[in-house]
Formats: sequence, structure tokens, C-alpha cells
Amino acid sequence: MSTVTVRDLWMEYPNQVVLERVNLEIPSGEFCALVGPSGCGKTTFLRLLLGEESPTRGAIELDGAPLVAEPGPDRGVVFQRYSVFPHLTVLENVILGREFQGSRLLGRLFGAQRRAAMEEGRGVLEAVGLGNHLSKYPAELSGGMQQRLAIAQALILKPKVLLLDEPFGALDPGTKAQMYELLLRLWADEKMTVFMVTHDLKEGFTLGTRVLAFDKVRVDPTDPGAYGATVTYDLPLTEKKAVGVRLQAVS
Amino acid sequence: MRRIINRRPGRGGVLFWGALPFLAACAAYAVASALRLAENPNDKLLPPLSNMVAAVGRMAFTPDARTGDYLMWVDTVASLHRLGLGLGVATALALVIGIGMGLIPYVRAGLSPFVAMLSMVPPMAVLPVLFIVFGLDELSKVVLIVVGVAPFLVRDLAMRVGEMPREQLIKAQTLGASTWQIVVRVVLPQVVPRLADALRLSLGPAWLFLISAEAIAATEGLGYRIFLVRRYMAMDVILPYVAWITLLAFASDYLLRRFNDVCFPWLKAGKGSS
Repeated sequence: MSTVTVRDLWMEYPNQVVLERVNLEIPSGEFCALVGPSGCGKTTFLRLLLGEESPTRGAIELDGAPLVAEPGPDRGVVFQRYSVFPHLTVLENVILGREFQGSRLLGRLFGAQRRAAMEEGRGVLEAVGLGNHLSKYPAELSGGMQQRLAIAQALILKPKVLLLDEPFGALDPGTKAQMYELLLRLWADEKMTVFMVTHDLKEGFTLGTRVLAFDKVRVDPTDPGAYGATVTYDLPLTEKKAVGVRLQAVS
Repeated sequence: MRRIINRRPGRGGVLFWGALPFLAACAAYAVASALRLAENPNDKLLPPLSNMVAAVGRMAFTPDARTGDYLMWVDTVASLHRLGLGLGVATALALVIGIGMGLIPYVRAGLSPFVAMLSMVPPMAVLPVLFIVFGLDELSKVVLIVVGVAPFLVRDLAMRVGEMPREQLIKAQTLGASTWQIVVRVVLPQVVPRLADALRLSLGPAWLFLISAEAIAATEGLGYRIFLVRRYMAMDVILPYVAWITLLAFASDYLLRRFNDVCFPWLKAGKGSS
């Protein structure tokens, strides 16, 4: 399925250790919320999972195989901003993954294949509540709708792992609550492993089945970059496993 | 009394204020021309409108006595051909090298210092070299336009590609896109309108290089004709030619703008009334 194993991971930049001694075993289907103070390496950890950067030492394995060191279709992602393509309509944004898959040269589908992809795209967009906005451009959508679109776009290829980098950071509280419900529903349907970076502890505990807190355990006051952060708390929230309960908690 | 930054002209006002400088320039010319002609009816410096109309009739609508050609159209076709070819090649270079430099780190590492240096070479200073290497006919004029315009387009495009949010490129990769697919589906559609804008800004320099090259060595062309009739102080030909060149440049600028509006409706999406 999609088990993520992290073994003795270190991430260093020149003159700065960002992450040290990170060891994790995340079973398939877990919803991990990554919390911690700013600059403690949550986002760096997500970028490592994404394959955007390679760890200095240690390894990340997806289902026992070392992670490919560049972003790929097995890991979907939603960023806080710029996740959707401004030059494509809502529907075109969603079917883009299928088009990349089906046409190596042009990245564009035609005829029956295109109609099939559009049908599938419509279904996904219906599920995230964008069924009435198919031909709009992202700039014409509100922030919450853009994030829904970004999620729909990431889900069409059914990734094993979904990575979320503060996806709701720029949304107002009402919209956030709607997004929580949507995300939990999709997560329950697709049974994928989710990693979500958030600076909002409450959000982390509301959504996650497991909360990973990143912080520095050692601090050298004369050289703040000497030691990196690690996972200081790894809290499985077993009593909340039932999605129904958590959906209620949201609403 | 409101601040002047908050006072806006109405629709008629915009027309009036826009037309004012044109009318003022025409009036100034008419007055100056009339004053000079009153003193010397054969004055060639500021000919009256009737002379210019006659000159245009002679150049554009009467076959040349020697060759039988309609000179103004021959000149126009020759100049536009050179300009189109030069700008076309420069645009193609900009697309290939600019996107390469903006998107692929190895291409950027390899070419960016070279292109930065090359763009500082004054094109007019290498014109003699071009004449020597490519001969005095068409090729050297086209190459001058390319040399003059391409470095700007390449660097502008590379910067636009470099400015694209990292998130978009990552996202495309998580959707399974190859580098080539990213180029054709993500980068190209977003930078072509920027390229059209850059091209609009290079129209001025392109005409400058074209007319310079034609002035030095050519047998037809708008710039060639202007410099040819300068010997007879034929202002009645030069002024309509300048106006014609300006009109052509303005029209190409307008067409490029329309191209963006028509082909890339997303540029205006979400801005103002849409």
C-alpha cells in the first residue's frame, strides 16, 4: 500500500543543521499532522518527502523502496498558494494529470480519450463542490475554491501519499471548517497516507490520526544552526480513528 | 477642492485630452509651414500638405518612370519582409534559448554569462562586421535585427520563466509531467503572452536597426528611400514616409496586443469586469 519509513534522517544546509535523527514508521492510511514552531523543519521534511530535495544522510522509503529523488505521480501535493495553473480552466486543471499520462509528446488528449478524462474530471470536481464552475479560470475563484481545485487536481491520479503544505493557512475560519470536512471525506474514500504541515495546533489535532511535533531538543545559544530539529512528540490519536466521530468534531 | 490624483476625465474628456497633443502638433506645423512659405514659396523644409499628398500620389500610385514599380509599395514590402524575418528569427531564438535558460539549470549555467555579455555588444558597432561576413544584401540586414533584438528577448523570457512559482513546476511533476510536457503545457502557454509584450517593446529598436542598415546599403526599402531623397531635401516625401513607418509600427504593436487579448483570455480573468 503506502507505508512511509524514515531512517535516521539528517538534513543539513551550509552552516545549518535543519533536521537530525528523524526516525518514523508511518503505516498506510495514516493522517499525519506536522506541527511545530516556525523554522523547525516541518516544511523541509515535506520537501524531502516530495523528493524536491535529497537528505544529507539517512533514507526515506515508500513501501520499502527508496524514494525517487524527484517529485512524481505517486505523491500528490497541495501548497498554500500557486498550486493551480492560472492559464487553464477549472476542468482543464483537473484533467491535466490524465493528459500528461495519456500523451507523452503533446501532453494533450483528443476525441474519446479527452471526453473520458473530462467526464472523470467532472466527477472529481463534483465531489469537491466545484461542479458549477468548470469553465472558470482560477483567478475568478475564491481562495477556498482554489484550494478545493488544487486538491481535486492532486487526487485525479490517485497518489499513494498526499502532501499538504499549510493548505488552509490563507483561508477564513468558516471556509476552513468546510475544507476539513471535505478533506476527511476524501481521505476516508481514497485511503491514502496524508502528511499535512500546519502551524495551527488545533487544526493538527482535529484532522490528524497522528500528530508529529517537530522541535529542537538541543540548542547552542552561540550558534543557533549547530543542532537541528527532530520529532519530539509522536502522538497517535487512536481514540479518534473513526472518521465519523472526527467529522462530527468538525461540524 | 479634491486632490488632482482623484479627479478623472470622463469618456469625452479622455478623447479630448488624447487628441489635444496631435492637434497641437498639426497646428504648429501648419503655422510654421505657412510662415516659411509666405517668405519663400519654393521653401522645401516645411512643405504644405498638398505637396505631401502629391508626393504620396507620385510614390505610391504612379508607376516609376524607370522601373515601372510603385516605389512606396516596393519599399514597404522589402522593409516588412526584412523586419518580419529578423523578428521571427529573434522570437524563435528567444523561445528556445530563453525557456532553456529559465527552466534547465545546466543550460542556464552554460549560457547565461555568455548571453549577458553578448547583449552588451552594441549592434550598430558590429554592422560593418555583418556587412563583411554576410554581404551587402538581405542577410546582413536581417542579422542586424536579430543581433539587436534577440538578446533582449532571450534575457526577458529567461527571467519570466525563472519567475514562475516553484510550486507550479513541482505540481506539474507530481502530475507525472516530463520536462518536455512541462514546457509545452505549463511554461509555453504562460510565457508566450510575455514574449508578445517583450516583442512590442522591441519593435522600436527593430525599426531603428532596419532603417540604419537600409540607409547604409540597400536598393529598396523605406529607410533606403528616406536617405535617398534626403539628397534633394525632399521633405514632401520624407515626412509621409516617416508617418507611414510610424503607422506600420503602431499597427504591429496593436496587433500583438490583440493577439494576447484574443489568444490568452486567462490574462484578464479575475481582473476588473470579466
